[in-house]
Amino acid sequence: MQYTLSVLVENHAGVLSKISGLFSRRGFNIDSLAVGVTNNPDVSRITIVANGDEYVVEQLEKQLNKVIPVIKVKRLAEGEFISRELILIKVHCAASKRAEIIKTAEIMQAKIVDVAPSCVTVEYCECTNRVNTLIDLLRPYGIREIVRTGTIAIDRGASALSV
Amino acid sequence: MISGAEIMVKCLEAEGVKVVFGYPGATICPFYDKLYDSDIKHVLVRQEQNAAHAASGYSRCSGLPGVCVATSGPGATNLITGIATAYADSVPMIAITGQVRSDLLGRDVFQEADITGACEPFVKHSYLVGKTEDLPRIFKEAFHIASTGRKGPVLIDIPMDIQQQEIERFEYPDSVNIIGYKPNTRGHAVQVRRAVEAIKKSRRPLIVSGGGVLSSGVKLKFQAFADKTRIPVISTMMGIGVMPSDHEMYLGMLGTHGKPVANRALHDADLVIVCGARLGDRAVAAPDQMSENTTVIHIDIDPAEIGKNVKTEIPIVGDMKNVLNMMIEEIGDYVVPNQWQETVKGWKKSFFRTPPKFDGFVEPRALVARLSSMLRSKAILVADVGQNQIWCANNFMIRDGRFLTTGGMGTMGYSIPASVGVKFARPNRDVVVVCGDGSFQMSMNELATIVGNKLAIKIIIMRNHRLGMVRELQDMHYDKRHSGTILEGDPDFQKLAEAYGIDHAEANSNEEAEEIIKDMVKSDKPFILVCNVYPDTPSI
Repeated sequence: MQYTLSVLVENHAGVLSKISGLFSRRGFNIDSLAVGVTNNPDVSRITIVANGDEYVVEQLEKQLNKVIPVIKVKRLAEGEFISRELILIKVHCAASKRAEIIKTAEIMQAKIVDVAPSCVTVEYCECTNRVNTLIDLLRPYGIREIVRTGTIAIDRGASALSV
Repeated sequence: MISGAEIMVKCLEAEGVKVVFGYPGATICPFYDKLYDSDIKHVLVRQEQNAAHAASGYSRCSGLPGVCVATSGPGATNLITGIATAYADSVPMIAITGQVRSDLLGRDVFQEADITGACEPFVKHSYLVGKTEDLPRIFKEAFHIASTGRKGPVLIDIPMDIQQQEIERFEYPDSVNIIGYKPNTRGHAVQVRRAVEAIKKSRRPLIVSGGGVLSSGVKLKFQAFADKTRIPVISTMMGIGVMPSDHEMYLGMLGTHGKPVANRALHDADLVIVCGARLGDRAVAAPDQMSENTTVIHIDIDPAEIGKNVKTEIPIVGDMKNVLNMMIEEIGDYVVPNQWQETVKGWKKSFFRTPPKFDGFVEPRALVARLSSMLRSKAILVADVGQNQIWCANNFMIRDGRFLTTGGMGTMGYSIPASVGVKFARPNRDVVVVCGDGSFQMSMNELATIVGNKLAIKIIIMRNHRLGMVRELQDMHYDKRHSGTILEGDPDFQKLAEAYGIDHAEANSNEEAEEIIKDMVKSDKPFILVCNVYPDTPSI
């Protein structure tokens, strides 16, 4: 089971290592982790996507709550949040294939952000599934390089996670 | 103007610290210089790990966080095992380490070690101090964190320049506000009601007392609860001493090295009330130790412990003190079904065994069983780790005193340094150490600390020339191949005691040992009694 956790933490040096260390130490598998400051400059928000059964998620939430600089932990409910990740893909691109690749990007609503004689770089911001689809579509042309951020996520509707 | 070092001392004074255990070095020298002018007593140990164990012993018997101090690099890394021990045993502790100058941090200079990084998995929290101005807030927070919620060690790592820098003034904060740290101590009323209903419905309820009952300081109330309801009680190793050993409804320690009667009760119970225990693998090793249908009520201040090792039907997060008060009120005049009381009492008789004797040796289980009657009722027994720990856990007849050991971490060499802390916390109590010849040699350097501070600690060494517990494992699971478990080259402990100027004796029978102990407890000096034990004496 994959689950997404939003964690509010004090914006101090060393907090991230406390959290990432917790995962490896307790044998929890982590798919992605993204961190950034919130509208309150003293607070950062970490989005964790991880895998495990109910026991693991519950333990993880509890162990995260024990870390002193962790302010709040919330498990986002399936289907009730919006998630995004950003990816930059550098694709091999002979001149003859350029139009095809641009078309693919257009269909997926991705952006071409750089062009060179033998390659193009595509930028895409979507949920993990759509990002993976784009990668599959571009793979046949020859992918030279991929950079992707961790997933960030936010609840749908008016509710807001705050301190 | 006031220096960081002076602020550190003032913070400790403001927290009511009377004694610190430590070992100086270059980067902690500014603090030591200011400590010299303070009324706080410094106890110089002989190795840093033992400063942490001493602080642990002090803490467990005084109820205040113990404080240990070391220098940067190797001083700090030597503390680690002691800090990890306190963490596993949930003992409140403040560990203060010197660190290299801030501008040198990260350059791998002489005696530099990333101690906050290294201790990450076994501290409740840690600080690497960046500004002298932050010291009062950090000390205030550290003492608060260490001694509230689930108690544990907090590390404060302080670069030398931060100790030396002078600032305008010192002001100790009255309160703390840590936004992410608000332990829930109250206990949920609805959950308590559910728990009591379940108890009233059950036919064979059982209480498991853990270390949490002791750290919550609610021992007497707990005893009264057990007395009134007649619910049988078993305990984890950390929970030994919650009940007097001879209490009619107390069955002893559970687990792989516990009492068969305690395990039998756990197996047959239809409802188990776990009180402040994590139920590690030594307590509940096999899943079939408890019945599938047993209802588990788990009371703990740490929500992460509930449901971690044992499936729980009714979780109650809160301080034992509060939850117990609520339960007492809710449960009214309830008394356990008579039949269950009688069954348990019957087991207690039928499971009782007198250990066999070997001529020319001391029988350690029988001796430990008699020990309490030769001490004053509030005596504190500190057991080490190994067979000696199990002999003590299962046989020491605790009355109003304490039984201390590291049940969580199981650190060999704990008993002697811990007893140093215990004696500082409780100078008027009988303090007795029971260790093996293996564990004794892990911290016998602290004999100097005992002598230097004139501490009347009585050390009983159960000598079998073996690492008995590992050897027992080898006998059972490794085809009796005694790889690395025979102690060769041991010193003559009598001569060793002589060298330290400690009174000493040796015993080869229980009668002899008891005569010596009777005299030993009368003296106000330390004592070493070596008991020669038959090498193949089993743990249980």
